[in-house]
Amino acid sequence: MRRLSENEFRIIRRFRRLYAVVAALVCLMMISLLFLTVSNLPIFGEESNPANNEVVERYLEKGLEETGAVNITAGIILDYRAFDTFGESTVLFLAVAAVWMLLKKEEKEIRVLMEETLTYAPKEDVIFRTVARFLTPCILLFGIYIILNGHLSPGGGFSGGAVMGSGLILYNLSNGTARTRRFLNEKVFTRVVMGALFFYALAKSYSFFTGGNHLESLIPLGTPGSIFSGGLILPLNIAVGLVVACTGYGIYALFARGGL
Amino acid sequence: MGGNFFTNYVEISAVVLFCIGFSTLLFHQNLLKKIIGFNIMDTAIYLFLAAKGYIADSDPAIIVDGILDAGRYVNPLPGALVLTGIVVSVSVTAFSLALVLRLYEKYGTMHMDEILYLSREDR
Repeated sequence: MRRLSENEFRIIRRFRRLYAVVAALVCLMMISLLFLTVSNLPIFGEESNPANNEVVERYLEKGLEETGAVNITAGIILDYRAFDTFGESTVLFLAVAAVWMLLKKEEKEIRVLMEETLTYAPKEDVIFRTVARFLTPCILLFGIYIILNGHLSPGGGFSGGAVMGSGLILYNLSNGTARTRRFLNEKVFTRVVMGALFFYALAKSYSFFTGGNHLESLIPLGTPGSIFSGGLILPLNIAVGLVVACTGYGIYALFARGGL
Repeated sequence: MGGNFFTNYVEISAVVLFCIGFSTLLFHQNLLKKIIGFNIMDTAIYLFLAAKGYIADSDPAIIVDGILDAGRYVNPLPGALVLTGIVVSVSVTAFSLALVLRLYEKYGTMHMDEILYLSREDR
């Protein structure tokens, strides 16, 4: 091991001191600039604020008619800006792929870690297991409800998927990896995520075939407010929800033991 | 200072949160704390965007009873933008945590300077 020389130490110490001063200056400048800007912004909560312009008016007045979704935000993210949401799901998939690349361990190591985690995971805790047995179905059901009602009420694929992912994590903690693997192993994980992403790409590529500006859905929009309405929004919400639930659980599993 | 310092209290709290995150990012040498600061910054941005779309005394952007009057609902656009932000922030956090974990496995520390020295000694 090479020792740092006296001269190098002095340089590093000087750099540290300079860094602290410059960082403090940058922070102070940033704080004062931001406070100045915010105090000059229009008053909070006014209807005449510049953010509430004709774009929003258009979305609110024509959104229901054009997308069939009662929840205007769901209409925006899954119909007007559906490609953007496809990009988001791909980003999530890429994140789980990158974490997989960095943290994946051999099956032998995973089995050892599965045994080791038993010592600190609350799997043997009677209170936790009993509560989890009642809570897990409720959480999963609530997640499915949020996903299926994404176009009718607050929520959608992302929030419902996150709820379902946490339900899966709770199941994994209370029942152990061996039992989770019966329905969510590597093969199922890959197939569900890839299938959902592929379905999304296929469902939204009709804009390519019918001309870029064609926003009308090929599926009839149905009566606003009923569960089968909004054209493609419901299936797209389900696809996004599956991706989010799987990636949420997948990232947890990769961090906990280096594999699903 | 402009005149709306005390009426824009939500934006002010967003700015305060942002500055907390920013200074955490700059002053801490621990990589885990840097990630935490980064996440606080993200949260501040979401709060700011949500505050920009808020209109006092109006409903969420979910059409009730077929009333299509734009003045009745809050701005639905920040919700859509914040959703994108949250997803990207979660992905970036997961990726950077994985990187930090690998660095910790190799060098046994999360301190940035120590990692720099140790990586230089490797060469």
